[in-house]
Parts: sequence; structure tokens; C-alpha cells
Amino acid sequence: MKTVIVGCGRVGATLAEIFDKAGHEVIVVDTSTMAFERLPSTFGGSAVRGDGTDEDTLRRAGAEDADVFLALTEGDNRNVMASQVAIEGLAARRVVAKINDPLRAAAYAELGIATLCRTTLMADAVSAWLGEPVSGASGVRSPSGTHHGGEHHDLSETPASEAPDGGQPVTAREA
Amino acid sequence: MFVLVVGGGKVGYYLTKELIESGHEVVLMEKDRKRADQIADEIGSIVIPHDGCEGKYLAEAGANRADIVAAVTGDDEDNLVICQMAKHHFAVRRSIARVNNPKNERLFKHLGVDEIISPTRMILGSIEQDIPVHELLHLAALGEGELELIEAHLQAGSPAVGKAPKDLEIPEGCSLFAVIRGGVAMPLRPDTIMREGDKVIAIGKTECETLLHGQLIGNAETADAR
Repeated sequence: MKTVIVGCGRVGATLAEIFDKAGHEVIVVDTSTMAFERLPSTFGGSAVRGDGTDEDTLRRAGAEDADVFLALTEGDNRNVMASQVAIEGLAARRVVAKINDPLRAAAYAELGIATLCRTTLMADAVSAWLGEPVSGASGVRSPSGTHHGGEHHDLSETPASEAPDGGQPVTAREA
Repeated sequence: MFVLVVGGGKVGYYLTKELIESGHEVVLMEKDRKRADQIADEIGSIVIPHDGCEGKYLAEAGANRADIVAAVTGDDEDNLVICQMAKHHFAVRRSIARVNNPKNERLFKHLGVDEIISPTRMILGSIEQDIPVHELLHLAALGEGELELIEAHLQAGSPAVGKAPKDLEIPEGCSLFAVIRGGVAMPLRPDTIMREGDKVIAIGKTECETLLHGQLIGNAETADAR
């Protein structure tokens, strides 16, 4: 399984290590080489310095045709853009974008990107621990809509807050 | 018309001022509090000191009744998200994005941004027009990005000089439609004889470029021959 991880922060580096140990092909992209220090010395994948929202950079890094593409930088919008570049330009099969703004996370799930919202996850985790009601939006929110280039479906009639929540593992989407 | 401008840098600031002067209803979003206050001091309380990428604040700014959203921040990824949120979440009719990296133009267009303004491309185009070039000049991408507006500056060695379009093998899906001669634009008819120094304007599919290059500029071999 070819996995591309954009953003070598704590989450990115942790996943890179896990997938590498499991024997998968891993490519990590970050704008800072310092970030690669988070990777263990045993890391056998490739670490490429560059802008993960730039199609040419990703192509040079060998990100084309990835089975899994994870956009995990600290910028919501950078993750959104990297994911869309991966889907539209690099034929990535399963794409997850970390989007910390819940509204944006819901909106992009409807546009066909699996999203991961730390805000909702943490709020739910704390609430659950305290025995308070939770939103139930656990894990990666599977795409509930599709995105076919210029033809978007109209979200105006479905407020994102009412978007059907997946909470299931990421399912393959057709690019 | 109600225009929502996101990004209070130089572009957003002057854009907002011009729009107000033309009598439009404008709201400007700028996430930097200090910068927002500074602009608000001058042009009034139409400045919202929040991040225009956040759905919550876009809603507060009245995105759902905006006729146009102009995303003019300095970051391409922010401008993309603003336009996509505006279109798909708030059903805004028209979205305009400033694109800094010309390479992002096609992606933005493909992802549904209605209009793309690339200052980098414009300045680049202007520089390229000033220096003699032996290549085809890309003026603009049209349609869904599969059509290009191209200018060819005919040099002395061009195979097209002394010929009319009907004498050339123009690739299918491509049209030579205008010529700029001595600074004057005129239609290029099938029997207009092209001269040295002419700037021929063509429109065609991106794939036609190589063929068109051979017909108007000459290919590498002809260049060597002269």
C-alpha cells in the first residue's frame, strides 16, 4: 500500500512510523526538514522537503497513484488543497484531510473528501469521559457526497451541520 | 450588489474602497485584528475582524446573501477554501479568487471557482510581451482550461510570413482570428497575407500547440537551416 503523508507533525510522523513498520511504502512531505527529526532512525520510507499543495512537488516525490493520501499539516486550508490536488491531479484513491474547523470539515465531507476534525473528536472524548452527551462524530468522517470537478452538487439545501455523519472507516472513493 | 471581500491586504483594502465609491454594498473580512481595526477606522464599520475561511464567520458576514465573494488574501489555499465554501455552503452565485501561484489556476478553475485573477501571470505576460520571444505566448486559459489564447510574434524566418491562413495547415480545433500589425488590431481573414512583425492571435486546444508552433514560428530544423 502506497501511503503519502503531507505534514510531518506528531500525527503525521506517528502514522508514518506505523505504516512503515507494517511494511507499506511511505512518502512523507513537509516544508521543513526539521520536521523529519520526528521520524525514527529506523524509518525506511522517503522524506521529501516541499510544498504538499504543489502538484509538481508531489509528483516529484512520487506521490502519484497513492492508495492512501493523508493531509495532516497544521493548516486546514492547506490540507483541503493538498487533498484536492491529490484527488484531481494525482489519482489518489483514499484521501483524508485533517480539518479542525467542524463546519469546514462537514462541508468538505460533502464535497467528497474524508475529513478528520480534531475539534469534534476531542470535545466528544472529553464529554464522553465526563458522561456528558456527545455529538457522535467519531473517527474519520467518510465522504457523503462526490466531487466531479466543475460539477458540484448544491449544498445550499443541506446545511453542513445536518450532514449525515459517517463515523465509519474511510471507504474507497472513485476519483 | 452585495460583495463580500475576504482579505484586507492592499488588494482587499483598495478593492473595498473602490466598491464603496461605486455604490455597492460591501463587507470586508480580515482576520488580523489590528489590520481590521485600522481599516475600520478609515472606512467604517463594514469590517469583520475574523477569518473568512471559517464557516461560522462567513455566515455572520452574510455570505448567504452575497452576490459575489472575492477571495483576495495572499494565500492560495485560503482563497480556494473561501470560494468553495461560498459556492457550496452558501450558494453564492459568483466567486473570484486571487491566485498567486500561476500553476494553481487550472486546479481552481476545475474545482469550480468562477473567476481567477493571477497577478503573477499578468506581470509575467507583460514582461514576455516586451522582450522578443520566439515562442508562442500564452495570453489566457479559456473555458475549462482546455483552450488557450495564444499570440505568435512572426519573425523573419517564420514559415507563415508571406502566406495567408488558408495556405497553412491549421490544426483542427484551432482558429487564427486576429492580427496585431503596427499596434492596430484587425481580423485575420483566410486570405490576409501575414507579414514579418505581425502578432497573430489564435485560439485552440492545448494539444494543438506544437503544430501551431511549427506553422507560425517554425520548428527547430527550419531555425537551424536559416
